[in-house]
Amino acid sequence: MQKFTILRGVAAPLMMANVDTGAMADSRWTKNVKNTDDVLGEKLFACWRYELDGAEKPDFVLNQPRYRKSQVLIAGENFGCGSSRESAVWALMKFGIKCVIAPSFGDIFFENCFQNGLLPIKLPEPEVEAIASQVATAATPELTVDLGQCRVVLPDGKAVAFSVNAERRTALLEGLDELDQIMRYEEQLQNFQQRDRAERPWLYAR
Amino acid sequence: MAGQKTLFEKIWDKHVVATFSDGRTLIHIDRHVVQEVTSFVAFQSLRKRNFSVRNRELTFGVIDHSVSTTPGRTASTFEPTRGRIEAMQQNCRDFGIQFFDVNDPEQGIVHVVAPEFGIALPGCTVVCADSHTATIGGIGAWAWGIGTTQVFQTLASQMQMLRKPKTMRVNFHGTPGFGVFAKDLILYLIGTHGTAAGTGYVVEYAGSAIRNLPVEGRMTICNMSVEFGARSGLVAVDEATLQYLEGRRFAPKGKDWDQAAASWRNMRSDGEAKFDREIDVDCSTIRPLVTWGTTPQDVIAIDESVPEPSSIADPERRKAVERALSYMNLRPGKPIAGTPINVAFIGSCTNSRLSDLEEAAKIVRGRKVAEGVQALVVPGSTQVKLAAEAKGLDKIFQAAGFEWRESGCSMCLAYNDDAVPPGTRSISTANRNFENRQGPDTRTHLASPAMVAAAAIAGCITDVRKL
Repeated sequence: MQKFTILRGVAAPLMMANVDTGAMADSRWTKNVKNTDDVLGEKLFACWRYELDGAEKPDFVLNQPRYRKSQVLIAGENFGCGSSRESAVWALMKFGIKCVIAPSFGDIFFENCFQNGLLPIKLPEPEVEAIASQVATAATPELTVDLGQCRVVLPDGKAVAFSVNAERRTALLEGLDELDQIMRYEEQLQNFQQRDRAERPWLYAR
Repeated sequence: MAGQKTLFEKIWDKHVVATFSDGRTLIHIDRHVVQEVTSFVAFQSLRKRNFSVRNRELTFGVIDHSVSTTPGRTASTFEPTRGRIEAMQQNCRDFGIQFFDVNDPEQGIVHVVAPEFGIALPGCTVVCADSHTATIGGIGAWAWGIGTTQVFQTLASQMQMLRKPKTMRVNFHGTPGFGVFAKDLILYLIGTHGTAAGTGYVVEYAGSAIRNLPVEGRMTICNMSVEFGARSGLVAVDEATLQYLEGRRFAPKGKDWDQAAASWRNMRSDGEAKFDREIDVDCSTIRPLVTWGTTPQDVIAIDESVPEPSSIADPERRKAVERALSYMNLRPGKPIAGTPINVAFIGSCTNSRLSDLEEAAKIVRGRKVAEGVQALVVPGSTQVKLAAEAKGLDKIFQAAGFEWRESGCSMCLAYNDDAVPPGTRSISTANRNFENRQGPDTRTHLASPAMVAAAAIAGCITDVRKL
């Protein structure tokens, strides 16, 4: 998995509630994609970024010159609700976004972020709004996200602390693959299934 | 009281393989169902790492999201997704996974097929890379949607690394009135408490109104747990659950059935079990509902009017309502009834089971679809389709002007060729009314099968109770 340690980059405010994963990974463009395909980034937020004929919608935040190279997204509550499609996270990452700051996230999306090395930061709504409005008015809309220190440094130099589960933080900092950790428990699994086969033989019968 | 457990806690405790000091737990996965779209990259990872599927006997494969539903369809009818379907066929062959192919009698939407064939069973852990896996909680299983990386993990290890969710119980009291269905109950809950109220919880649906629902209706309720924010929802096992499952193809048989059924009777929360949160809903006051906006919480009764943003105090909410009304092309304060529709879709893992089609057929019988409306019925599984045809429902729908399709996810998410045309309005029995969900620049209203059938006949959103 890709490591996440410290990031300094442009942050874009997308202050809407309930942004769903389908908006990030539109089914028209993700029919045969692999997680490595460039089209995912090109078509991130396809319906908001482009007209039906493919022309850019100049008003959408990521089409504005100042936010075109965004690496951080600042969003409203329940970001990433809806479909479980991991292509939403892949699309954000292919675009270049490595961190999303929001008051709350859809559960499956939140999980998928950690599996891919994208850092989702939960902060209280007033703090998210304050960050969004500072970014919107700053000369340079840049933030520093420091996972080692668990803080976000705003354009005015002030720092906002955030918290993240200790083991998730370690996994991101070191780029640990969760499956490698799971596979160490093969012996415990064998013991579990041996007991379970005696108790629920029908579960394994086919 | 000490020792008193919720249904969820009972299932959790039974499936712990290992616990970590930081609170993480490795949970055994009893049933893993893979579908063609979200498993593709997982199988690639499996090949790259040279892993096999650890428990093939606990793993099943289906085709549902991308397949054409046109009568006589094959894997290649819809060319853009042919590659996904062929890859799935190959993956299931290569890894030795029991697979229901495009034209097999077991084909269907994963969450319809899994309970229908007794693949999913009470007290079991069930995962699938699809958020509506929660549906399967209707038979007393703990079922949740996962991402593609987790599909890879589950194929390789048969375990999931989890943090224990909180528990919530929603008690549906009272008797729903005429024209009010399971879909209305769950939409009402979401409309009242919001799309994120269930985030971080496993939700148990209880109360007399749930007990009185057939198992298929319970699945409709559990299905939309996701739209309530919860990754899974479940309903306690009772005699109706056991009757539903007995004799199903993969359900235990003979002595095994007796033993399993005895243990499943305990798949309910103990009388004094404590939940982290409880919500009560009085069903007797619920009227048929329909969504007006672009999230499932944007819902009103059929005799109500869409909101007036100027009357909303919270500026963020006002902005969201303005955006939704503008996207939906609805005038503030106007009654929702009478809004003309272009498409009526009956299908999806929410409302495509036999009882759903029966309710819709009752409305449709002897009537005609309004001119200019495209109306389609997409059964949730090939078995549902065959059962409906045995009852003559296909004839009723077709005589009225509905299209009668093969089974699949279809227009719920427009992953195949069933997209709502841009710029038009649809009423749908599915679960999501997000912007562009049914195709770019499409407007979606969610409602029960009866309400969708009524709208197809009237040509506009209408009160099913008045038909």
